[in-house]
Amino acid sequence: MQDNLILRVMAKVLIPVILIYAFYVQFHGDFSPGGGFQAGVIFSTAILLYALVFGMDRAADVMTDKLLIALSAGGLLLYAGTGVVSMLLGGEYLNYSALASNPLTGQHIGIIVIELGVGLTVASTMLLIFFSFARRVVSR
Amino acid sequence: MLALTVDIFLLVFLIASAVGILFTHQLFAMAMLFGLYSLLVASLFILLDAPDVAFTEAAVGTGIATVLMLATLAATKESKEKPRKKLSKSALTISIFTGALLLYGTTGLPKFGDPEAPIHTQMADRFIQQGQAETGVPNLVTAVLASYRGFDTLGEVTVVFTAGVGVLLLLRRRYKPKIRRNADAG
Repeated sequence: MQDNLILRVMAKVLIPVILIYAFYVQFHGDFSPGGGFQAGVIFSTAILLYALVFGMDRAADVMTDKLLIALSAGGLLLYAGTGVVSMLLGGEYLNYSALASNPLTGQHIGIIVIELGVGLTVASTMLLIFFSFARRVVSR
Repeated sequence: MLALTVDIFLLVFLIASAVGILFTHQLFAMAMLFGLYSLLVASLFILLDAPDVAFTEAAVGTGIATVLMLATLAATKESKEKPRKKLSKSALTISIFTGALLLYGTTGLPKFGDPEAPIHTQMADRFIQQGQAETGVPNLVTAVLASYRGFDTLGEVTVVFTAGVGVLLLLRRRYKPKIRRNADAG
């Protein structure tokens, strides 16, 4: 698909918009529909579109397997770690009210952090699965 | 009236695409119809005032699942479903029995939108009345998912992570497995 001019131009226009939209859904999830899961999936579709139009190798150069594995595990650790931090600060596991002196601020911090963890894990895992599938096609 | 028309329109298309999936033999067309099916389901979720779920359905069902199916199709040789000559009677019996059982099961469910349904009387009231005061988050779906049921969501993220690990273990063969000749030395 790399020689199709219309696809290339359209992808170049669309990819930044999709990425911005993913970040909007990620960090605006507590005010509007969306959240970490949706944002992660939208983010990964942008990279997926890039990989489909401009080639797997160029996408894999940016999103290396090492990075994706680290992000996938890192997001989960961030989520689980938030629970541990709230325990250390005197609350129950994943009780974000303990994260700050004001319970509402604590809730806000906690929700933003765990949504970020969800987004990281979902985006990188979706890409990992796609790359693992697509590599088998390319290597045949 | 308009909402009902749109509902009927979407449901007819939903059934049409499901029947289309059943009767087509081209695997490529099947993957595309599955994508269409997901998009219609996402539209129905919007009509049911569940934009959060519609988001997920549209992005995962229409976007990622379709691309994964296409990648799988590209990795396989066959592009057509193998024709089945005869109808399997036992499979038909099991399908009809299961379908009838599920239909019978729906009679036990509370009516659509029934305010006395258990989900509306147990926890929902408390979440709606005190959710914003307790979490400070205007979007109640996020408040429930991230804060009240944070432990559930942690489990969901673990499932996604585990799926990724499973796919990596199954599909990535960077190193050929070596057979250790002398186990004592190793």
